[in-house]
Amino acid sequence: MTQDLTYDLVVVGGGPAGVAGALTAALAGLRVTLLDSGARLGGQYFRHAAVPRREPGLDRFLRQVRELGARADVLTRHQVWNVSREPDGDVTVHAHTRDASGERPVTLRARRLLIATGAHDRPLPFPGWDLPGVLTAGGAQALLKGGNVLAGRRVVVSGTGPFLLPVATGLAGAGARVLGVYEAGGGLGLARHPLLALGKAAETAGYAAALVRHRVPYRPRHAVVAAHGEREVEAVTVARLDADWNVLTTSIVACDTVAVGYGFVPQIELGTQLGCDTRAEPDGSVVLAVDAAQRTSVPGVWAAGEPTGVAGWAQAEVEGRIAGRAVVADARPQAVRGSDGVLLRRRSRGRAFGAALHEAYPVRPGWQGWLRDDTLVCRCEEVPLARVREAQELGATDARSVKLLARPGMGWCQGRICGYAVSCLAGEPPAPPRRPIAQPVTLGALSEAAPPDAGSQDDPAH
Amino acid sequence: MSDVIVVGAGVVGAACAYYAARAGLDVTVVDRGPVAGGTTGSGEGNILVSDKEPGPELELAVLSNGLWRTLAEHGGFEFEAKGGLVVAETDEIQRQLTDLAAEQGVEHVTVGGAELRDYEPHLAGDLAGGVLYPQDAQVQPMLAAAALLRHGAESFGHGTLRLRLGVTVTGFVRSGDRVTGVRTSQGEILGDAVVNAAGTWGGEIAALAGVELPVLPRRGFILVTEPLREPLIRHKVYTAAYVTNVASDSAGLETSAVIEGTPAGTVLIGASRERVGFDRTTSVPVLSRLAAQAVALFPALREVRAIRSYCGFRPYCPDHLPVIGADPRVPGLYHACGHEGAGIGLAPATGHLLAQLLTGERPDVDLRPFRPERFSEEAA
Repeated sequence: MTQDLTYDLVVVGGGPAGVAGALTAALAGLRVTLLDSGARLGGQYFRHAAVPRREPGLDRFLRQVRELGARADVLTRHQVWNVSREPDGDVTVHAHTRDASGERPVTLRARRLLIATGAHDRPLPFPGWDLPGVLTAGGAQALLKGGNVLAGRRVVVSGTGPFLLPVATGLAGAGARVLGVYEAGGGLGLARHPLLALGKAAETAGYAAALVRHRVPYRPRHAVVAAHGEREVEAVTVARLDADWNVLTTSIVACDTVAVGYGFVPQIELGTQLGCDTRAEPDGSVVLAVDAAQRTSVPGVWAAGEPTGVAGWAQAEVEGRIAGRAVVADARPQAVRGSDGVLLRRRSRGRAFGAALHEAYPVRPGWQGWLRDDTLVCRCEEVPLARVREAQELGATDARSVKLLARPGMGWCQGRICGYAVSCLAGEPPAPPRRPIAQPVTLGALSEAAPPDAGSQDDPAH
Repeated sequence: MSDVIVVGAGVVGAACAYYAARAGLDVTVVDRGPVAGGTTGSGEGNILVSDKEPGPELELAVLSNGLWRTLAEHGGFEFEAKGGLVVAETDEIQRQLTDLAAEQGVEHVTVGGAELRDYEPHLAGDLAGGVLYPQDAQVQPMLAAAALLRHGAESFGHGTLRLRLGVTVTGFVRSGDRVTGVRTSQGEILGDAVVNAAGTWGGEIAALAGVELPVLPRRGFILVTEPLREPLIRHKVYTAAYVTNVASDSAGLETSAVIEGTPAGTVLIGASRERVGFDRTTSVPVLSRLAAQAVALFPALREVRAIRSYCGFRPYCPDHLPVIGADPRVPGLYHACGHEGAGIGLAPATGHLLAQLLTGERPDVDLRPFRPERFSEEAA
C-alpha cells in the first residue's frame, strides 16, 4: 500500500512536540501527515479518556489537535516500525495499522521527517517487581488518565525524580490511598525539594499542598527494595538508603499497588535506524544530537521533545514549534513569519531545567545490592541475575554479549524495560539502541511492506 | 609464553583453542571484543551436511558433525539434532535434490509431496517434495563457543587455556621471518605459533603479517518472530534455492527461505546474501522478501509478528572454501578462517585438524583444498 504522493513532512508521535511541529508546518501550507500509535493524540503526558478531565495545558493541546486535524492527515493507531532514507534523500516511513481484515502495511514517503516519539519509563529491577500490582510510575498515570479506576487501592509510590509527585497527587486525587512517596535520592525533604531550586516553586508548592491534604508522607532517601505476595503484591519492603542507595534499615508496608519510576528512556530508535548522531545525557540516557533548529545530523530529519533530552511537556512543545519553523524555512522560506527569539529563550530555560533534573536525580549504584540471584532482570525472557553473572563469567564483557549469552532484552519489549539495568550490571553506559524493527509487525504485513520490484537483483540463471 | 596464540574468540577460535589445549599445548586466546561478539554472535547456529556439494567441504562437515555430538556431551550448550528438510517447489527441482543427495552419500530420506506434512504439518500444500537430512542440527552458537572455551580451560590443567578479552592485535612479533607472537593494545604476547581465527576480519590479521588473504564480508539478515506457544516448525526447513545461493558468486542480493524454531519459542527466518562491505543499515526490502518467502512456505506464519532482526557478516572467500593450515609465506602463522556461513558447523573439524598440524600429526582430512596460499597461486 504505497501512497503515490510525497509529503513535505511526516511527523512520528502525537504528543506535545509532534502536534506543535506538525501544526506549525501545516499552518504554513505544507502537506503534513502525523502518525501515532494511540487511539487519540496526546502521548504520555496528554493521554486522555474519550471525555477528558481538566488538566493544565490539556485544553490548549486539544485545540491544537483540532486545528491540526483540519489541516493535515492524522493517522492514529498507526505503529511506525522502520524509517529509511532513499538515495534521493526522501524518507520512507513504514507503519502498520489494524482493521477488520487484519494488520496491513502503510508506507509513506516524505521529504522531511520529525521524530517526536517521546520517552518511556525507566524502571530498576528489585525482588518481586514482576508481581501483578507493580506498575511503572508512568503506567500508573496512564491508567489514571485513560479513565481507569484506582480508587480504594492502597498505593506506594517509589523511585526518583520529580515525576513521582504528580503521580502521587494524581492517584490520591482519584481516590487511591497513597501510603507514601519514597524518593531514593535527595536527602533534603520536600520543603527543600530540588524543584524549588529550578524555579518551579509554584508547581512544587501545589504538589506539597496536595500531599499534605491527602496525608501522604514524603520520604527522601527511601525506596521500595522488594515486593512480596503470593499471586499479587501484598506488601513491600521499604528501605532507608545511604547516599549511594545501599540499604541501611528496612520496614514492611502492606499495600496492593506499587508505582515505581527511576526516570525515563528517550525513544530514539527511529533516529538510530537512520544513522542520526547521538549524545549521552548526564544520567546516562542516550539522546539524538540536534542543532539550534532541532535538526539531527541526517539531512531532512528533525527531532523534538524527549528524544533530544528529557525536559517535560512544555519544553517538548517549544522544541516542536522550533522544529516546525525550521521545516517551513527549509520547504518554503517565504512562508516563515516572525523570529524564533522568544522560542529559543524558552528552550534554553527548559534545557537548563532538564539538565538540572539530571544532576539532581542521579541513579546511584547501590540498587544493584537490592537484587538477589533469582531476581528477574529481564521479565520478558525471565532472566534472573544469576544468569547474567554466569554470562559474564563465560566471557560476556559488554551488555550486547550479555544479551547474546543470557537473553535479557531478547523478548517482546526488545530491552526497553531492562536495557538500562543490564547496561549498569555489565558496567558500561547504555549504548544507542539497535532496533531495526521498532515495533512488532506481522510477517504478512512485512511481506507486503516493500514494492515488489524493490531490492530485487536476482539473476534468474541461479 | 604460550605454545599457541589464537586470534579470535568466535566459535572457530574457541574450537582451535579447545583442541590445541586437549593436545597438550598451552593456549592464549585474544579477542578485541567479548566471546562470540562477531559473526558467531549473529548466526543461526547451523550444523549442516545437507547444503554442501560433494567434495572437501562436505568431508569437513561430516567429520565436524560427529565431533559436535561428542563436544555436546560435556554440557554447557544443547545440540539439537532436529534434522534438515530441503523442500522443492517443482518436480524438476525435486529430481535435482534427490540426485544431489545420492551424490553426497550422507544419510537422507526422500520425501514425496504427499508425505511432506507428516514431517512438517504446517508446510504449504503445493510443494513437490523434499529430502530429509537427519544429521543436520543446530546449536546456540554463542553458548557453544563460550562452553568450548570454558571446557578447555577447566579440563586440561590450570592455565592451559587463557582468555584475553578486550585486547586488540595490532601487529606481529618476529624473529627473522618467523612469527613469535603478537603485539596488542596491552603489550606483547609471545607464542610459538599464531592461529588467525578472526573470521570475517581474518584478512586484516593476515595483512598485519604482510600476507594477502581474500576474506570478504557477505551480509546476511535474520528475522526473529515473537515466541510461539506451540512449536510450529520441527526441522530446519529450507528451499532448494538456498543450496544454489550458498554456492553463488553474485555480489547482488540473493534470498532463499531458511526457517526454523528455537528452544526459546521464536522462529528464525533467513537467509539473505549480499556483498556490501560492513554496512549495517537495515534493508526493508530484504526483510520484506524474507517474510514473504517464509509466509509462502508456512502460511500460518502470516499472523505471527516479527519482533527483531539482526545482521551479520559471513567471512567469504572467492572459492567458498575456508582457509585452514600453515601459511608457507610466514613461518609460525596458521589460518583458520573464511568459513562463510558454515563456521559453526565446521568449527570442531577445523580446530581438530589444526591441532593435528600444530602437534606434527598427519591431519585426518587432506587440507590441500584449504591451503592459505591458493589465492596468490591463482593470481600468479
